[in-house]
Amino acid sequence: MAALLRDPTVLVAFWALVKIVGILLVMLGIVAYLTYFERKVAGHIQARTGPNRVGPWGLFQPFADILKLFFKEEFIPDGANKVIFHVAPVLAVAPALTSFAVVPIGPDFFVTDVNVGLLVFLAMSSLGVYALTLAGWSSNNKYALLGGLRSAAQMVSYELALGLSTIGVILLAGSLSLTEIVEAQRGSFQYGPLALPRWFVFTQPVAFVVFLISAFAETNRAPFDLPEGESELVGGFHTEYSSMKWAMFFLGEYMNVLTISAITVTLFLGGWNGPWLPDSLKFLWFLGKVLLLVFLFMWVRWTFPRLRYDQLMSFGWKVLLPIALLNVLATGGVVYWVGSR
Amino acid sequence: MIPVLFVAFAAILVVSSLLVILHRSPLTSALFLVLAFCSLAAIYLLLHAEFIGLVQVVVYAGAIMVLFLFVIMYLNLGRDVESGVTLLLRRGLGWLLAAVLVAEGVVLVSRGLAPGPATPPELGAAAAGNTQQVGLLLYSRYLFPFEVTSIVLLVAMIGVVVIARGRREAAPAGGAAPAAVRSGAAEPPGEDA
Repeated sequence: MAALLRDPTVLVAFWALVKIVGILLVMLGIVAYLTYFERKVAGHIQARTGPNRVGPWGLFQPFADILKLFFKEEFIPDGANKVIFHVAPVLAVAPALTSFAVVPIGPDFFVTDVNVGLLVFLAMSSLGVYALTLAGWSSNNKYALLGGLRSAAQMVSYELALGLSTIGVILLAGSLSLTEIVEAQRGSFQYGPLALPRWFVFTQPVAFVVFLISAFAETNRAPFDLPEGESELVGGFHTEYSSMKWAMFFLGEYMNVLTISAITVTLFLGGWNGPWLPDSLKFLWFLGKVLLLVFLFMWVRWTFPRLRYDQLMSFGWKVLLPIALLNVLATGGVVYWVGSR
Repeated sequence: MIPVLFVAFAAILVVSSLLVILHRSPLTSALFLVLAFCSLAAIYLLLHAEFIGLVQVVVYAGAIMVLFLFVIMYLNLGRDVESGVTLLLRRGLGWLLAAVLVAEGVVLVSRGLAPGPATPPELGAAAAGNTQQVGLLLYSRYLFPFEVTSIVLLVAMIGVVVIARGRREAAPAGGAAPAAVRSGAAEPPGEDA
């Protein structure tokens, strides 16, 4: 035991755990308030006020919601596969949390910097499929199963475009490490008196658009919310879920929105790069950009109609994927040409 | 710390691999295979083969197994599939293959071939540029097998397209009104490029 305690890797693991718990708690707090934020945004888009009764401006609404969900009846349908029914909600939250481990929040402010950070994110987002698919299957309900199958097909299809669109960024940054990708976006292009930040959104605009659209599909948010399409599938994959297990799916969705916004900011919007603030406060830039993107997610959800299933598939495979492939070819060509000069 | 982690993940790998073949429900078997892939990826990470480890998760656990699950759910496979081969023959083949595998293992161990270093020395030296090193090796020393693999995959892809298209060709050419599409072939209308 004493030998184990003197092992330097144990010490590293301990401090990593402290950091993980800290970031986890902050994230859970943010996610709780994202539900409030979403309802406020939805309210104002529809010319309503949104929640305003619990506490000042309705600020305590998330706590009231959680309390309500705690006291709801837990319901498991007959003929459900009990083990998988219980495991699925956990799978909805875990991958999104895990990818946050590699996101650089500020200079020297991250849980870990692995040299394949981007792949960690892609691996976790590809594991996210299981939650919805298994939830739909284990419920023993035809609407839930249809929702689950839809989510499997949708997420596998859009994952390809998502992955391919990041290759342009990798080619320009020359690294898979998210920290180095942010470093590569430091500084600015000067055009006389005008300055344009060296963010990849300006050098990789096509990739940015493809990534953003695939991100909407990966998080199963409108206009890609077919797995839960309430007008045709009752509640889709979570039809049979209630109480805290349903809350886990809800949590997972917002966690995914937060994580994918953070990754988008890291890849395309310069991460924590920004003017004026000292290095120790640069994480405020990161936070601001992430919240702006989260707002975009909500704005789109409340203003766009849902796609039809076959439109979704043909858009993913026949439009998004070829564009992403062409972008890889074009970027590769330019990088080669510039490198050989 | 590292040996402890290795033993833990190896144990998960062995147990879940056994459950893949011992469990009677195809869906549960498939899920244990996912678990096996993930613990194998963890072992790759412990060997400093980060790129391979994560690609293992992305490709096998994240894409291929999802398609397996999709098919199992779609066909609603409850129990073992009847493949038409008698149980006795299947068991016999299984034992035979297992015997061959064990014999190979025995021969390798008896020749003193302990498992070598996990990664080629070139990779181990530059752990930081792991991905870069894998890429360099793939496009230099292993270029020929790499290209052959991609041709095999391309052939498979073309084959899939031909099989999927085949049904449509069976309809009268000219495509004015396919009078009788074969039963069960519910195709989306339109999009005859």
